[in-house]
Amino acid sequence: MTEQFDLAKLVFGRLTWDAIPLHDPILIATFAMVVIGGGSLVAALTHYKVWGYLWQEWITSIDHKRIGVMYMILGFVMLMRGFSDAILMRVHQAFAFGDSAGFLPPDHYDQIFTAHGVIMIFFVAMPFVVGLMNYIVPLQIGARDVAFPFLNNLSFWMTAAGAGLVMVSLFIGQFAKTGWLAYPPLSGILQSPGVGVDYYIWALQIAGVGTLLSGINLVVTIVKMRAPGMNMMKMPVFVWTSLCANVLIVAAFPVLTAVMGMLTLDRYLDFNFFTNDLGGNAMMYVNLIWIWGHPEVYILILPLFGVFSEIVATYSRKRLFGYSSMIYATVVITVLAYMVWLHHFFTMGSGATVNSFFGIATMIISIPTGAKLFNWLFTMYRGRIQFDVPMLWTIGFMITFIIGGMTGVLLAVPPVDFVLHNSLFLIAHFHNVIIGGVVFGTFAAVTYWYPKVTGYRLDPFWGKASFWCWFIGFYLAFMPLYLLGFMGVTRRMSRFDDPSLQIWFQVALCGALLVALGILCFIIQLYVSYKNRVALSDKTGDPWNGRTLEWSTSSPPPQYNFAFTPRVHDIDAWWQMKANGFVRPTDGFMPIHMPKNTAAGIVLAGISGAFGFAMIWHMWLVAGLAFVALLAAIIIHTFNYNREYYIPVEEVEKAETKFLAKQVELADTKFAAKQTEVII
Amino acid sequence: MGSSIAASAAQPAKFEFLVREEEHVANGTLLGFWLYLMSDCLIFAALFATYGVLSQSYAGGPTGADLFDLPLVALNTSFLLVSSITYGFAMLQMQQGKLSGTMLWLGITGILGVGFLGLEIYEFYHLIQLDAGPQTSGFLSAFFALVGTHGLHVVFGILWLVILLVQLRMYGLTGANRRRLFCLSMFWHFLDVVWIGVFTIVYLMGSMS
Amino acid sequence: MSEQNQHSLDHHKEEGPHSTFSGYMIGFIASVILTVIPFSLVMTDVFSSQNMTIVIILSLALVQIVVHMIYFLHMNFHSEGGWNMLSLIFTLLLVFITLAGSLWVMYHMNVNMMPGMMDN
Repeated sequence: MTEQFDLAKLVFGRLTWDAIPLHDPILIATFAMVVIGGGSLVAALTHYKVWGYLWQEWITSIDHKRIGVMYMILGFVMLMRGFSDAILMRVHQAFAFGDSAGFLPPDHYDQIFTAHGVIMIFFVAMPFVVGLMNYIVPLQIGARDVAFPFLNNLSFWMTAAGAGLVMVSLFIGQFAKTGWLAYPPLSGILQSPGVGVDYYIWALQIAGVGTLLSGINLVVTIVKMRAPGMNMMKMPVFVWTSLCANVLIVAAFPVLTAVMGMLTLDRYLDFNFFTNDLGGNAMMYVNLIWIWGHPEVYILILPLFGVFSEIVATYSRKRLFGYSSMIYATVVITVLAYMVWLHHFFTMGSGATVNSFFGIATMIISIPTGAKLFNWLFTMYRGRIQFDVPMLWTIGFMITFIIGGMTGVLLAVPPVDFVLHNSLFLIAHFHNVIIGGVVFGTFAAVTYWYPKVTGYRLDPFWGKASFWCWFIGFYLAFMPLYLLGFMGVTRRMSRFDDPSLQIWFQVALCGALLVALGILCFIIQLYVSYKNRVALSDKTGDPWNGRTLEWSTSSPPPQYNFAFTPRVHDIDAWWQMKANGFVRPTDGFMPIHMPKNTAAGIVLAGISGAFGFAMIWHMWLVAGLAFVALLAAIIIHTFNYNREYYIPVEEVEKAETKFLAKQVELADTKFAAKQTEVII
Repeated sequence: MGSSIAASAAQPAKFEFLVREEEHVANGTLLGFWLYLMSDCLIFAALFATYGVLSQSYAGGPTGADLFDLPLVALNTSFLLVSSITYGFAMLQMQQGKLSGTMLWLGITGILGVGFLGLEIYEFYHLIQLDAGPQTSGFLSAFFALVGTHGLHVVFGILWLVILLVQLRMYGLTGANRRRLFCLSMFWHFLDVVWIGVFTIVYLMGSMS
Repeated sequence: MSEQNQHSLDHHKEEGPHSTFSGYMIGFIASVILTVIPFSLVMTDVFSSQNMTIVIILSLALVQIVVHMIYFLHMNFHSEGGWNMLSLIFTLLLVFITLAGSLWVMYHMNVNMMPGMMDN
C-alpha cells in the first residue's frame, strides 16, 4: 500500500486536485471562456482541414517571416491577457476604499500585478520586438533568412512554451505574488513555498533560452549576411538599433539565467544565496537582477527607436537627418545601459557615493536619446509630411516619451527618488516610456509594415480611431498616477483607507477603458482591412514610397526574399535604386539554396515545457524523464545533416514573373505615376 | 553628412544593383558559437560576483582554509590543462585530414575530462560528508554553484565529445563536422580559461583566509 | 540532390583558425609555468603579505588567460573580420563592470545595512 502511495508521489509530486482553483469564480469564468473560445478555434481549424497547412507552413517553418508573424500573434494574444489583468486592477482599485474591500482578495490581487508585469515585459513586449526584428532585418540587409534558421524556430517555440506555463498557472495552481521581479526573501522557499514562484522561474528560464539564442542569431545575421556593398555605415537605422538591442540581449540575459538559477537552488536544494540567515544576502539578488533589468528596457526600446527613424524618414519624404549621430547615440546608449542599474534601488542603502555615481550616469544616458529626438524633428523639418497612421503613432510617441523621459530624469536624482521610489509616480513613469515607446512603436511598425507582410494596407479610419483612443486613454489612465505618487501613494496596494484618493483611481479606470476601446478598434481594423483587402491591396510592394530594401520585394515577399541578392552603394539602398532607373530582371533566374522546415523546434520546446511543469510540481520522475528526452531529442537532431534544399528555378521564375506582371499592369495608372515620383 | 541623393541622381555612372551569380553567404557558425561563449562568460561573471560577495559569509561554519585541498586542486588543474593540449593535437590532426588521429586525441581529451570530473565529484562528496555542503552557508552555496556550474559544463562537453566521435566515425571529416570540432575546441579551451579564474579566486585566494 | 549536399558540406573546408604544433607547445609550457608559480606561492607561503600574494596570483591568472586566448583560442584582431576581438573586449568590459560594480555596490550595502555582520 505504501509503495503505491510513493509511486503516486514520485509521478505526481505535489500536484493534486486541489491545485484547480474551483473556489474562484473569476478563474472559473475565465476557464470557461478559454474552453469555449479555444474549443471553437480548434473545431473550426479541424472543420476547414487546415492542420496540415498550419504544420507545414507555420509551425515547422524556419522562414524568418513566418516566425516573425508568429511572434507578433503571440505578443498580441498575451497582450489580451496582460491587459485583462490591468483592467481587473483598475476596476478593483477604483472601488476598494474605506468599507469596500473590492472584489479581489489581496492574495489574488498580488498574483494579478505580478502576472501583469511578467506577461507585459516577457511575453508581450519581447515577442513584439523580436518579431519585428525577425521579419524586417533580413529583408533590410538583402539576405534570404537569418544566420541560424532552425534556432530561430526553436527560439520562438521556447518563448511560446514559457508563455504557456504562465497561462497554465491560471488554472492549475497559482502564480507568484512577489511582483514581476520576485525579490527574495519573499520569493524564497520559506515565504513562498507554493508553486507560484516556481511557475515564474521556469517560464522565464525557458523563454530566456529562446531569447538568448535569438540574440546570437540576429547579431550573426547582421554581421555576416549583409548584401555586398552594405558596409556598417550604410545599414538602415532599424538594423543598427536591432544590432545594438541583440548585443544587449546576449550581454544581459545570461545574468538573468544565473540569478534565476541561484534562486532555484535556494528554493529546491536549500542553498543560501538570498536567504535571511546562514550567510545569504538578499540584496545581491536585487543587484544582479537589475544588472539584467536595465539593459532589458533598452532591449525593448532601441528597436522601436529604429522603427521611428524609418517611419519619420519615409513619411517626411526625406533622408533621415544625422545618420552618423543616430548610430553613435545608439551605440553610446548600448554601452551606458550597462552602467546605470543601481538607480532601480537607490533606497536600498548603498550610500551617497554609490548613489551619486549611478544618478549622474542615469542622467547622462538621457542625452543620446535626446539627440535622437532632435534628429527626428530635424528630419521632419521642411519635409513633405504625410500624416498617415504610422506618423500619428510616431508623433504620439514623441510627445509621450518626452514626458516619460523627463520624469525618469527626475527619478534619477537620488533624494527625489527617496520620496518617489515604489510610489505610483514610478509606475506612471515606466508605463509612460514603455507605452509611449514600445506600444506606440509597435502599432506604428505594424501599420507601416502590414502591407509588406500581408499584401494589403490596414484601414486608415480604424487605425486613427485606435490611435486616439490609446493616446487619450493613456493620459487619462496615467497622469492621475503621477499625482497620486506625489501624494505618497504606494504601488501594489490593493485597497486604501483615504477616500480623497478615490476620484483619481476612477479617472484612471476611465483611461483604461478608453485604451480597451483602442484595442477593440485595432481588432476591428484587422477585420475590416481583411474584408476590404482587395481595395486596400498593395500591388507594387512599395505602398509608401519607401527607402529601404524590404520595399523592393513583392508584398508579401516570396519565401526566398530576393531572386537576386541586391548590391548596395549607399544608405537608403532602395531609394537609390529607384532614383537610378533600376529595372527588374526578367530572366537569368537561378535555383535558390534554402533551409528545410523542421519539427525539432516545437518538439524541444514542448519537452522543455513539460520539464518545467514537472519541476514546478516536484514530479521528479517525470522531470527526469523529460530531461533525458530533451537531451535525446537534441542529440538526434544533431545527426540530421540534411537540412537544406534548392528551390527549383521554375518556381523562382513563376513568382518573379507574377510580380513583374503586376508592375506592368500598374504602369499606366495614376497610382504608379505617384509611386515613381522621387523627391528629395 | 548632408544628402547625396541629388549628387547620385546627377551622376551619369550606371550602378550594378544586383548580384547575378550564385551567392554563397558566409557561414556564421563559428562567430555564433563564439558569441554564445561570450554569453556563457557573463553567466560565470554573475556567479563569480556572487562568490565574491558571499566569500566571507561562513555563517560560523568552515572556511576555504579549513576545506580546500590544494594538491588535489593542482592535480585537477593539470588534468584540464593537459586535456587542452590534447584537444589541440586533435585539431592538428584534423588540419592534416587524419580522421583516426583526430579521433584518438579527442578520445584522450575525453578521458582526461572524465578524470577531472571524477576528482571533482570526489571533492564535493568529501565536503558534503564533512557537513560542508552548499546548505551550510552562503559561502559554500556560492562555491558549489560556481565550481559546480563549471563542472556541469565539462559534463556537457564530454557528452558532446562522445557524440562527435560517433559522428566522425559515421561521416568523417566533412565540413559540418569540422565546424563542430572547431566549436567544441572553443568550448573546451574556454572551460580551461574559466578554470584559471576558479582556481585562482576560489581555491588559492580561499585557502589563504 | 546528394551532390548538392556534398557540395554544401565540403565547401568551407578551409574555414576556421589555423593551428600549429609550436603554437600549442608555447601556450602549454607558458600555462604550466603560470600555474605552478601561483600554486607554490600559496602552498609554501612565500610572501608574508597576503595582499602581495593576491595581487601576484591575480596578475598571473590574467596573463595565463591571455596566453590561452592567443595560443589555444587563436584570438587575433582579424578573425571574423575583427568581430571576435570586438565581442571579446565588450564582454570583458561587461564582466569587469559586473564584478567590480557588484563588489563595490554590495560592499557599501553591507556596511550600511548589515553593520553587525560586516566581515570585510
